[in-house]
Amino acid sequence: MSDVIDRPLLEQEKAAKTRLRIIDCDVHPSLHSHADLNQFLPKRWQQHLKTYGSHLRTPYIGTTPYPRSSPLIARRDAWPPTGGPPGSDLAFMQKQHLDPLDIEFGILQVLDLFIFSQQNLEFGAAIQRAINEWQLAYWSDRDPRLKASILAGQDDTEAAIAEIDRCAKIGRYMQINVCPRANEPLGRRRYWPIYARAQELDLPLGIHVGGYGGHAPTGGGWPSYYVEEHQSNAHSVATQLSSLVIEGVLERFPRLRIVFIEGGLGWIPATTWRMDQHFERFRDEVPHLKRRPSEYVKEHFWFTTQPIDEPDEAKHLRSLIEWIGVDRMLFSSDYPHWDFDDPRFAFKTPLTEAERAKIFNGNARALYKL
Amino acid sequence: MTAKDKMQGNSMAVTRIDCDIHPAVGGTRTTLLPYLDDHWKEQVVSRAIDGLDLNSYPPNMPLSGRADWRPANGKPGSDLAMVQRGAFDQLGSSHAICNVLYGAQAVFDSYMAAAFCKAINDWIAAEWLARDPRLRASIVVPMQAPDLAVEEIERRAADNRFVSVLVLAQGESLLGRRHYWPVYQAAEKHKLPIAVHAGSQYRGAPSSIGWPSYRYEYYLAEAQAFQAQVLSLIYEGVFLKFPGLKVVLMESGVSWLPAFMWRANKTWRGVRVEVPWIDREPAAIMRDHIRLTTQPFDAPPDAAGVADIIEMIGSDKMFLFASDYPHWQFDGDDAIPPHLPASIVSRMCADNPLETFPRLSLAA
Amino acid sequence: MARHIVARTTEIPPGGNKVVAVDGRDIVVFHVNGEFFALLNRCPHEGAPLDKAACVARLTSSEPGVYQRSRVGELLRCAWHGWEFDMRNGQSYFDPARVKIRTYPVVIEDGETLAKGPYVAETFPVHIEDSYVIVEA
Repeated sequence: MSDVIDRPLLEQEKAAKTRLRIIDCDVHPSLHSHADLNQFLPKRWQQHLKTYGSHLRTPYIGTTPYPRSSPLIARRDAWPPTGGPPGSDLAFMQKQHLDPLDIEFGILQVLDLFIFSQQNLEFGAAIQRAINEWQLAYWSDRDPRLKASILAGQDDTEAAIAEIDRCAKIGRYMQINVCPRANEPLGRRRYWPIYARAQELDLPLGIHVGGYGGHAPTGGGWPSYYVEEHQSNAHSVATQLSSLVIEGVLERFPRLRIVFIEGGLGWIPATTWRMDQHFERFRDEVPHLKRRPSEYVKEHFWFTTQPIDEPDEAKHLRSLIEWIGVDRMLFSSDYPHWDFDDPRFAFKTPLTEAERAKIFNGNARALYKL
Repeated sequence: MTAKDKMQGNSMAVTRIDCDIHPAVGGTRTTLLPYLDDHWKEQVVSRAIDGLDLNSYPPNMPLSGRADWRPANGKPGSDLAMVQRGAFDQLGSSHAICNVLYGAQAVFDSYMAAAFCKAINDWIAAEWLARDPRLRASIVVPMQAPDLAVEEIERRAADNRFVSVLVLAQGESLLGRRHYWPVYQAAEKHKLPIAVHAGSQYRGAPSSIGWPSYRYEYYLAEAQAFQAQVLSLIYEGVFLKFPGLKVVLMESGVSWLPAFMWRANKTWRGVRVEVPWIDREPAAIMRDHIRLTTQPFDAPPDAAGVADIIEMIGSDKMFLFASDYPHWQFDGDDAIPPHLPASIVSRMCADNPLETFPRLSLAA
Repeated sequence: MARHIVARTTEIPPGGNKVVAVDGRDIVVFHVNGEFFALLNRCPHEGAPLDKAACVARLTSSEPGVYQRSRVGELLRCAWHGWEFDMRNGQSYFDPARVKIRTYPVVIEDGETLAKGPYVAETFPVHIEDSYVIVEA
C-alpha cells in the first residue's frame, strides 16, 4: 500500500536538475486582531468597527452563515504556536509554508472582515484601504516574497477607482481584486469604469471566490449545508465568467486580463462549451460580441488550480488540463485553508517539465510581471 | 415480458421515446378556460388574468422555436398536427413525453397555481393524450404548496398516460428541502420520476451573482441551478427517504456532469460529518438516481472529447433521448448529439427511458 | 520489525498524541481511552501531518437529521481535507478498502522488563513504576 495516493510527481522531483521555485497565487494572511488595523483606519472608522462592526446581508455578526468544517476554514495544523488565527503570523507562515515549499512569490488574498460584503459602503471602502496598507506594512515590507493585491469593492465604483489609483501610484500591487458576489453580475456596465482603469493601468482583475452579495448562493434558493455552499463557489465563478464574456467586457476592454482565484478548474471546459453551443441561437441578442465566447476565454482568463480536481482516474485530470490549456493555469495552495493543495502532491497526473514550469511559475510570472 | 414488450402490446413498436417535447398553452383565457371551474373562469375573465408565458421562454426568441417548427399562427408547439409531424415523422420517435412550460408554476397565489396546474393537466389529457396514443405527459404541479402538489399527483395517479412530475429548475426553495418531501413520497408511490426542467419561478435572482442582463446569460446560468438542485436532493437525503425515486434533469446540458461529480465527491469526503446519512459518494448516488435528457448536450467540439465525457460520467444508464421540440437545439432531423458512442445510443432511445419512466410500460 | 520505545504512557494524556521519528519516518501515537494507536504521521491524500487531526467520534446515520455516535475519539479527521480515518486500522471512512494510513502495532510494557534489554537508552530512563509505550516499526 502506498503512503500517498498516486504520487507520480515524486519521481520527477528527484530527477529534476533545477529545483522549480513555486509562485503561489493564493495565500491568505489574516489579521491578528482588529486592532492591527487601527494604525490604518481613521479614528471614526476605528470607533465604528468597535461599535457597529460588520453590517452584512447575512444572519450573524461574527461568523459566516454556513459553519465551516474546521475552525476559521483553516488547516488544523496552521494555528501559530505563538497565538493568533491561522495566517496571522508571518514567521510561522514562513516556517510552515513559504520556506519548506520554496515559494518564490506568494500572492496575497485577504478575506478578513468580510471586506467586500459590508453594506455600509463607506465603511467597506475604509476597511479595504486599511487592509491594502496593512498588506504592505505587515507582509510585503517584511517578506518581499509576499505580493499584495488591491482590494476595491465594486458596488461603490467611485471609491473603488480612487483606491485603485492610490495603490497603483505606490506600484507594489499585483492585481485589482473585486468582489465575487456583489449586487450585480461582474459583467454589468456599472462596473465598467473599474475595468477601464484596470486596463489603463495594465493590472489584472482578480476575482477570489466567496462573498455574501445578498443573493442566495444558488439560483434555486438557499442550501442547507456547507457541503452544498462550498461547491456553489464553482458555480458562481462559472456564472461570473459567462457574465464577463457575454456582456462584452473583453470586447470593450481588449487588453484586460482576468484571474479567477480558488474557483478550481473542473467547471471551465463545460462552461465554455455551453457558451459556444448556444452562441448562434442568441447571437442577435448580443451583437456586440464579435468572436466566439471560447476565444475570449482563451485569451483573457487565467485560473488558479486549487482546489485541484480529483477524478478517480488520473488520465481524466490530464484531459481536463488539455481542455483548459496549460497556459491558463496558475498554481495556488490556498494556504492556510483546509482544502489546501500541496504543490508536491496535488497533481495526481504526471506533468512534463515544461508544463510544471508554466503552471508552478512561468504563467504567474508573466501575468503578474514578476 | 420486457418493458418494451409491455409497451408494444399497448400500441406501436417502441423504438424511441422523446422524453422532452413542449406543447404550448396558447393562453389562460383561451386554452385553459374550459378547464377552470366557475370561480376561476370568472376571475380569469373579469380580472383579465393571462399572459402567463414563462419568462424563461419568450415565444419569439429563436431558442423557443426552431424556424421550421413555428406554425403560421400561434406559438411554437401549439399545433398538435405540427408537433406530431415534427416529433414523430421528422425526428423519428415512436413516443413522446409532453412537458408543458407555462407560468402556472410560478403563480404566487397557491390556489390559483393549483387551479391552473390542474387545468393544464386536464387540457393536455383531453386535447393531446386523447388524440394520439403515442403521447405521454408530465404532471404539472404547484410546488408553491406541496400539499396541493400532492393532491394533483393523486388526482392523476390512475391515469397511466401521466408518467412523471414536472417541476422547474429554479423555484422558491431548493428541491431537496424537507417541505417538498410529501411530493416525492407521492411520486415514489406512483412510480413517477421527478422531471426538473429548465425554467424559473423567479423568486430571487436566477443565479448567485445576481440578475443577468441577457437571456443568453440567463440560459447559461441554468446549468448551475441544476447542479445546485442535484446537490440539494442528494445531501438532504431525498434518495434515502425515497429510494425508488428518480430525478430527470431536462434541458440542463450534460457536459458539466463529470467535473461536478468530482467536486461533489471531493467535498463530501472532507465534509461528510455535516451530512452523515450520506454514506456513499455523491457521484454513486447520481448514477443511481439522476438522469439527463440529451438536448442540449453542450459537447466538446470533437469525438474524442465526447468519448472522454461519457467515460468520465461512468454510466450508460443516465442518458435519455430528447429533442426538446420545438426549442431550437439543433438543425436537421437527427436529435441525437453527434459523436455519442454506440453503447450510449443503443440505450438512450428506449431502454433508459423505459427504466426511468416505469409507467410508460403500463396500458394507457 | 524492530521495537522502539516512543514514550512513557504518562507523557501522552488521554485524547493527546506524540510524534516520534523512527527510522526516518514520523510516527504519531495517540492515546484514546487507555489504548494507544500508532500510525504513520502522513495522510495518504496529500501528505498532511496527522498529529493535528481532530479526534472525533465515529459518526453514522440511519436517516436525515439522525446523528449516531460511537467509538468516541477513535476517528481522525485529517487536519487538512477532513478525511476520516479509523485509528485502530488506519482505514479511511469513505473508502476503507482502498484508502488507508499505515498503522503500527503498539505494546505497553512495564519499565521493569525494559531494564533488562538493550533498550536502556539515555533518553529513556527506566523507572519501575512507570509504563512505557513501545512501537514496533
